[in-house]
Amino acid sequence: MANPITTTLSARLSGLLGFSPAVPLVRWAPGRPLVDGKVLVLGTGADADALAALLSGDPATPDAAGDEVLDGWGLDVYRHATPDEQYAAVVVVLTDLDHPDELHEPMLATASTLKRLTRGGRVVTVSRAATADDAPAVAAARQGVDAVVRTIAKESRGGSTANGVVLTGTLPVTAPSVVGGLRFLLSTRAAFVHGQLLAVDTEAGALPADWDRPLEGRVAVVTGAARGIGAAIARTLARDGATVVAVDVPAAGEQLSTVANEVRGTALQLDITADDAGARILAHALARHGRLDVVVHNAGITRDKLFANMSEAQWDAVIAVNLAAQLRINEALLVSGDFTDAPRIVSISSTTGFAGNRGQANYAATKGGVIGMVRATAPLLEPFGGTANAVAPGFIETEMTAKMPAVTRQVARQLNSLQQGGLPVDVAEAVSFLASPQAGGIVGRTLRVCGQNVVGA
Amino acid sequence: MAIRKPPAKPTSSPRSAYVLGGNRIPFARSGGAYAHASNQDMLTAALEGLVARYGLQGEQIGEVAAGAVLKHSRDFNLTRESVLGSSLAATTPAYDVQQACATGLETVVSLTNKIRLGQLESAIAGGVDTTSDAPIAVSDRLRRTLLDLSRARSVGQKLAAASRIRPKDLAPAAPRTDELRTRLSMGEHQAITTAQWGITREAQDELALASHQRLAAAWDAGFFDDLVTPYRGQTVDGNLRRDSSLEKLASLAPTFGLTIDAPATMTAGNSTPLTDGASTVLLGSSDWAAEHGLTPLAAVVDAEAGAVDFVHGEDGLLMAPVFAVPRLLARHGLTLNDLDLVEIHEAFAATVLSTLAAWESDEFGRTRLGLPGAFGTVDRARLNVHGSSLAAGHPFAATGGRIVATIAKELHLRKERDGGTPRALISVCAAGGLGLTAILEAA
Repeated sequence: MANPITTTLSARLSGLLGFSPAVPLVRWAPGRPLVDGKVLVLGTGADADALAALLSGDPATPDAAGDEVLDGWGLDVYRHATPDEQYAAVVVVLTDLDHPDELHEPMLATASTLKRLTRGGRVVTVSRAATADDAPAVAAARQGVDAVVRTIAKESRGGSTANGVVLTGTLPVTAPSVVGGLRFLLSTRAAFVHGQLLAVDTEAGALPADWDRPLEGRVAVVTGAARGIGAAIARTLARDGATVVAVDVPAAGEQLSTVANEVRGTALQLDITADDAGARILAHALARHGRLDVVVHNAGITRDKLFANMSEAQWDAVIAVNLAAQLRINEALLVSGDFTDAPRIVSISSTTGFAGNRGQANYAATKGGVIGMVRATAPLLEPFGGTANAVAPGFIETEMTAKMPAVTRQVARQLNSLQQGGLPVDVAEAVSFLASPQAGGIVGRTLRVCGQNVVGA
Repeated sequence: MAIRKPPAKPTSSPRSAYVLGGNRIPFARSGGAYAHASNQDMLTAALEGLVARYGLQGEQIGEVAAGAVLKHSRDFNLTRESVLGSSLAATTPAYDVQQACATGLETVVSLTNKIRLGQLESAIAGGVDTTSDAPIAVSDRLRRTLLDLSRARSVGQKLAAASRIRPKDLAPAAPRTDELRTRLSMGEHQAITTAQWGITREAQDELALASHQRLAAAWDAGFFDDLVTPYRGQTVDGNLRRDSSLEKLASLAPTFGLTIDAPATMTAGNSTPLTDGASTVLLGSSDWAAEHGLTPLAAVVDAEAGAVDFVHGEDGLLMAPVFAVPRLLARHGLTLNDLDLVEIHEAFAATVLSTLAAWESDEFGRTRLGLPGAFGTVDRARLNVHGSSLAAGHPFAATGGRIVATIAKELHLRKERDGGTPRALISVCAAGGLGLTAILEAA
């Protein structure tokens, strides 16, 4: 990635293949601003007003009575699109749509800003999910929004992204996960999240005391933490305040200990397919750190082969590691009685889990399986203020993808609207968001981190 | 020779000191995966794995003690330098220990004594050795000449000193494992003892095979998952022979005792190979353990050192533990039957078997140990239950830490499983006719 030779090669290859050069994405680091520039909040209803007030408000302290007030984000907020003005973010509040005709004003206003969005700009819609119970005109308007978001994403330039927060039912826009989801999508933490509609299901969850360290005081287990995406997740969770238990197979112990020492956590060498893996993870977390709040199921393997030629061993190994182990660990945690303080399960899926992939029938079964697993697991955690969700990465630059043939790799990178591969940290940011208190109202969903990959979209 | 009386058990009991865990790197055969790793590299790696396992980043440990048998002169502060290269707090004190192959166990003994006395709340014991990166020195003659040359003031004096250098002086001096006073290698010494006690080739090969089989079983059961951290691509002990068999062991030609007037029985298969590796053991008081969410595995109860006059006397070089263990057990009113686990470092299979033979000898018990009869018999099912140095290899100073961490974990597991307070004996022989022995009890 940073290697000038490979960068040049990629650029040349990219040119030969007829692609335009990718714009480097801006990524988050502590101290960086939430949005670097003007923010336009479109919409005329009470919800738009409430969100505009939140975005523009001072980073407030509790009021005189000590009651919780929504901390303002101190952004430079505007309510009317001005021709020739350059915005860093456009928030389009569409929660009160009753008819497709009402799309006219906010959508055309949004369109007028797109050519002059800053590099790495953001368009985020806030809308409601269309259901069969809606009046036909309401459902039509709501459903239409989703496709517009995806279109804006496909037309985006300069590393800008377009995403939406979709509220279920009559959920207020001030629900923690609506606010938290909006903030995540506006921020550079979501650099590679593009063309996605983040569904918020309930009012559960809580806003963090410190937006920069939302996981403060939480203990998180990350499997497959020795390398690649798992190591990035461990670092990101630790950066966001969590105490991390880094888990990987004993053979990966050397890199695992390096990661654990870097994040000042503990290393647990463990084969997650062992029958007692869940009990051992829990015992370690409780003994060393006093609690367990977050489990990130990241460990995974591939044993690729055309399905017609796939061996029993290739099928079984992938199922055992990528899916069966997660189910067994979750079950152990659920029955333990020690995973009950707003617990979070975050599982790594893949775009292959939606779309399938040639040569990956076994892997697809597990990554699709994860999507079903979190959907069915989240309700079991709801009584404890908990939830389970998944992150589905697209093409991510890792040691594994570095081994792909150069042309195949370059094509794979370009198969998304941002025309580049994501970084492990992009997946990690989404995991950290879903592990956070503000994501408590996102129930059993799978968030794609793929730059709007064409696969399975 | 007068029989040494065991010192009386101290009347006031200091507090207990515990083994809380351990970490080592897999042991590698000399010239293997760690061929280009220094002692400091390996000791630092073992410390880093321990820090990661127990979350000790930035922690100021009471004291770290470790050492190496084969040591470069620049490594006079090996342990402190390794601490500085680790994630421990830079304010963690450290010191080096060197007691031949007893180095590792001695660091455990001395640090737990400090914990027992209240001088320390926490400590890390350890050891490391490499025969791949062994120090090579200039010859003594050349060294003396060079030193004279550095002290020479006039041109004449300098020329005179320089003129004493001879071509043969330039040959490098590799470290010797021979005994300085007898010029016999350790293997040749053991060969004499082996013949003295009539230890057969078959018995040695059986012990070696058991060591490999038991170590392999422990690896397969995941026993070392929380005791070992891989290093430089080595994920299991490199000397372990899973496919070993009595037939294969029997086919090896003897390597030691070829010149003495007895059958040569010691082979590369029933002797420890040259090995590279490092080990660490986390020690602490019960308070410190509780504060850090750690479970004490075993208490280090007591230790006894011994030595034999192998130069003039009738006892073999590696037989000091034969005398130290009876004194140690007597101090606690124990016999061999009271031990649930017995760890006798396998310098050679014949060392273990000679030790057992001496203890089983009625005459030896009466005349040399001052007992009414034989000291006793060690139940083989309790001996080196997870294999020992024949299979794991023997990076001299690292062996003590390997044994202590392994047996402390086993004691704890047995207590959890069966209740009671299982007890283990550790016995390590060392060059110079030294021996160091210790008792651990499950916590």
